[in-house]
Amino acid sequence: MIVPFSHVLVVGGIIFALGVFCAVVRRNLIMMVLGIEIMLNAVAIVFAGASLRWQNLDGQTFVLFILAVAASEVAIGLGMIVYAFRRTGSFDPSNFNLLR
Amino acid sequence: MTLYGFFFYLISAVVIGATAIAITRRNLVHAVVYLIVSYFGTAMLLYLFGAPLLAALEVIIYAGAIMVLFLFVVMMIRVEPTEEVMFPLSQWLPAAVFGLIYLVTAIVVIFETPGSQASLIAMVATPRQFALYVFEQHWFSIEVISILLLLALIGALHLGSGKGAGESLSTHHAGARLAERRDPDRGASAAEEEI
Repeated sequence: MIVPFSHVLVVGGIIFALGVFCAVVRRNLIMMVLGIEIMLNAVAIVFAGASLRWQNLDGQTFVLFILAVAASEVAIGLGMIVYAFRRTGSFDPSNFNLLR
Repeated sequence: MTLYGFFFYLISAVVIGATAIAITRRNLVHAVVYLIVSYFGTAMLLYLFGAPLLAALEVIIYAGAIMVLFLFVVMMIRVEPTEEVMFPLSQWLPAAVFGLIYLVTAIVVIFETPGSQASLIAMVATPRQFALYVFEQHWFSIEVISILLLLALIGALHLGSGKGAGESLSTHHAGARLAERRDPDRGASAAEEEI
C-alpha cells in the first residue's frame, strides 16, 4: 500500500501547473523550453502512477515514449534557440518578429 | 501511513519545491541545477511506482543528457542579465482567477471520481518483463519513435551547421546592431504597454 491514486494525480497536476506558469510567464526562450520539459515530466509521473494503479505496463511504455519525445523536442528546440540568437542577439521572444 | 507513503510525500515535496524554485530563478544555471534535483526526485518516484528501468532512464536521459544540453547552451551563449518585466496586474489577474477555478474544479473532480481512493499496491516490473512487453506489444511504436529521433537528429544538424555556419559571423554582427538599434523603441513600446 503506497498512497491513494488521487494523491499521485494531485502531485502531477501541481507540477504541470508549475510548468505552465514557467512556459507562459517567463520571457526567456530557454526558460520556456524548460517549462515544456517540466510539463512532460509531470505527465510521465502520472502515467507511471496509472500504470501501477491498473497494473498494466502500457503506462510505463508511454513514459518511454515521453522520454524520446522530450529528447527530440529539446534537441530541435535548443537548435532553433541558438539559431535565433545568432540572428537577433537576444533571448526575448518579443524580438523575433521578422518573418524571413 | 506506511513507509512507502512517507517516502512518496517526502519526495513529492522535494520535487515540487525544487521545481518551484527553479522556475523563479533569474540565473539560468541555477534554474537548470534545481531542475536536475527535481528530476532525481522524479526518478525516485518512478522507482517507487515499480519502474526501475524507467527510473534509470530518467536519470540518464533527463538529468544527464537534456539538462546538460541546456547547461551547454547557457554556457555557449553569453547571456546578459536582462530585466524581465512581469505582466501588469490587469493582465495576470483574470488569468489567475481562471486558473484558480480550474485548479479547484480539478481537485474536486480528482477526489470525487469513483476508484480514485483505491490505494496503490507496491509492485515491481523488472526490466526484463518491461522490455518483453514493449517489444512484443509496441514494436511498431518503437520504430516510429526511432524515426522521430532520426528526424530530430537531422533537423538539429541542419539548424546547427547548415547555412548558418557560413554567414553566422556577419549575421551575428548585423543582428546585434539591429538589436541595439531596436532597443530604445522596444523600451518605449514596453513603457506604452505599461501605461
